[in-house]
Amino acid sequence: MNNPAFDLLMWARGPGFDIALVIFVGGIVLRLFEISILGRKRDLAPAKGNGFLQGLKTIFSRSVPREGLVKFAPVTYIGGYVFHIGFFVAFFFFAPHIALIDDAFGISWPAAGRVIIESVTALTVLALLALTYSRFTDPVRKSLTTFDDYLVLLLSALPLITGYVAVNKLFGDPTMMLAVHLLTVEALMIAFPFTKLMHAVSFVLSRYYNGSIQGRKGAES
Amino acid sequence: MANKPLLPEMMKTHGVSRRAFLKYCASLTSLMALSPAMVPRVAKALESAPRPSVIWLSFQECTGCTESITRSHSPTIEDLIFNSVSLDYHHTLQAASGHAAEAAREQAMKDNYGKYLLVVDGSIPIKDPGYSCIAGISNLDMLKETAAGAAAIVSVGTCAAYGGVGHANPNPTGAVAVSEIITDKPIINVPGCPPIPVVMTGVLAHFLTFGIPELDALGRPKAFFGESIHDRCYRRPFYDKGKFAESFDDEGARGGWCLYKLGCKGPTTHSACATVKWNNGVSFPIEAGHPCLGCTEPDFWDNGGFYKPLSVPSGDYRKMGLAAIVGGAAIGTASALLSKAGKAKAVKAHETVNAHDLEKSS
Ligand code: SF4
Ligand code: SF4
Repeated sequence: MNNPAFDLLMWARGPGFDIALVIFVGGIVLRLFEISILGRKRDLAPAKGNGFLQGLKTIFSRSVPREGLVKFAPVTYIGGYVFHIGFFVAFFFFAPHIALIDDAFGISWPAAGRVIIESVTALTVLALLALTYSRFTDPVRKSLTTFDDYLVLLLSALPLITGYVAVNKLFGDPTMMLAVHLLTVEALMIAFPFTKLMHAVSFVLSRYYNGSIQGRKGAES
Repeated sequence: MANKPLLPEMMKTHGVSRRAFLKYCASLTSLMALSPAMVPRVAKALESAPRPSVIWLSFQECTGCTESITRSHSPTIEDLIFNSVSLDYHHTLQAASGHAAEAAREQAMKDNYGKYLLVVDGSIPIKDPGYSCIAGISNLDMLKETAAGAAAIVSVGTCAAYGGVGHANPNPTGAVAVSEIITDKPIINVPGCPPIPVVMTGVLAHFLTFGIPELDALGRPKAFFGESIHDRCYRRPFYDKGKFAESFDDEGARGGWCLYKLGCKGPTTHSACATVKWNNGVSFPIEAGHPCLGCTEPDFWDNGGFYKPLSVPSGDYRKMGLAAIVGGAAIGTASALLSKAGKAKAVKAHETVNAHDLEKSS
């Protein structure tokens, strides 16, 4: 006699994870190599500023909103911050996730308690909902939104929601929900290198390029 | 065996008072998740229960299940209940063996055809039935033959219920559970490796008093297997606070913190260990400092390693990751070089034209 929920969990922990990992890691490395080998055309004009330093600075400075912009687009900025920080906390400070990182890399750190993880997860999902809503209602953002954006929003929301449901046993068999949670994470991993999710890695390169091109021309970032 | 005394008489000879018996009935009633108002009914039913003939078949097993039920801290009332059934065949416990024992089984079957309770421990090899035989009869044949006249079957232990250790990868004997072979009889699964003695006797008592208990999707009585270990674990507050033992003798282990990181399978395991406990309620594995192995769940042997946390992938994923890095780098380089070459070719193939040429061609 088999337990389909348990079998699914074992698949998600075994072959499912392996497949997702190969696509995730292989895909990221592939794209990074492509981006850096293609490089940019050499700028033969004499430099008016330090491109390298400005490039480095831009990597960080672009994380701080420009004056007035938070007021101009509060949902985008506040929602964006809450989502990014929340996702980071929920991923890196929930004990089972730390156990995985420990197993893979041999490093670990203290876990956050249930209250923190759960409230952060709930806030993060709310932020995602607000961001999605603004894409639907704001005509400019709506016209800028592509299928890729909606897919990425959905793929980021699912692991948070299924994880919350599995831990709190809100509905469904807990073993099944845990399996579903892993499968949603694997879907996210597979889509990662080939969608806008890739920005979580490539933002470093693109910000550097932008900053250094402008920096060479003498613009401060 | 047929002339065994009834339960009240046995209690008298073993010095068990009526008060102790009623107390036992009360705890059994709550264990079976029945209302306290049912206690007198349970007591009466147990006292006057017609003793069904029980045939116990042991197949591919380690005798752990039989050990568990017989080595419960005796003399307990559970023992007496167990003894009060007419155990007509159990080749580990009976004195006779071989053909004499088989004769006893056949006799019991004939006398109680259609009414006896069949208890099975151990899995059944179907790759080659010759892997496990009793008196020259294969397990498969014996099960089919004995099940035919049974009123119901109790699969005791994870081996009989789900295939257990025999069924574990790579399953050399083709071991299967009872339910894979017998499909036309009610089957109660009492998994565990081994099951808790009081759960086994509780299920027997339920069968004697109220018939077949309510079962979950995996054939387990809901009263005993309805909740997960994780939900009833006394270490749960540590899990919720994020405090974990990282090794078997660190501060966390000594402080009784959660064992998740040491591989505890409590979150996906359903059993009564955390509430009923073992050795007459002394403790259970997690209380003794060892993570739950998940032994009441199908295929728990193949869950990726007893000491691997549930959230850790079960395969050799690190090698896969390294291969992916190499592969990704190679394909990425190739694709970038290809685009570069394409670009260079395009530049070379680029013909320069001037306004005159364009006018000519248009
Ligand atoms: S379930 Fe465990 S204790 Fe029982 S026979 Fe199988 S291996 Fe032995
Ligand atoms: S020790 Fe196991 S069952 Fe107990 S709280 Fe921790 S993970 Fe859950």
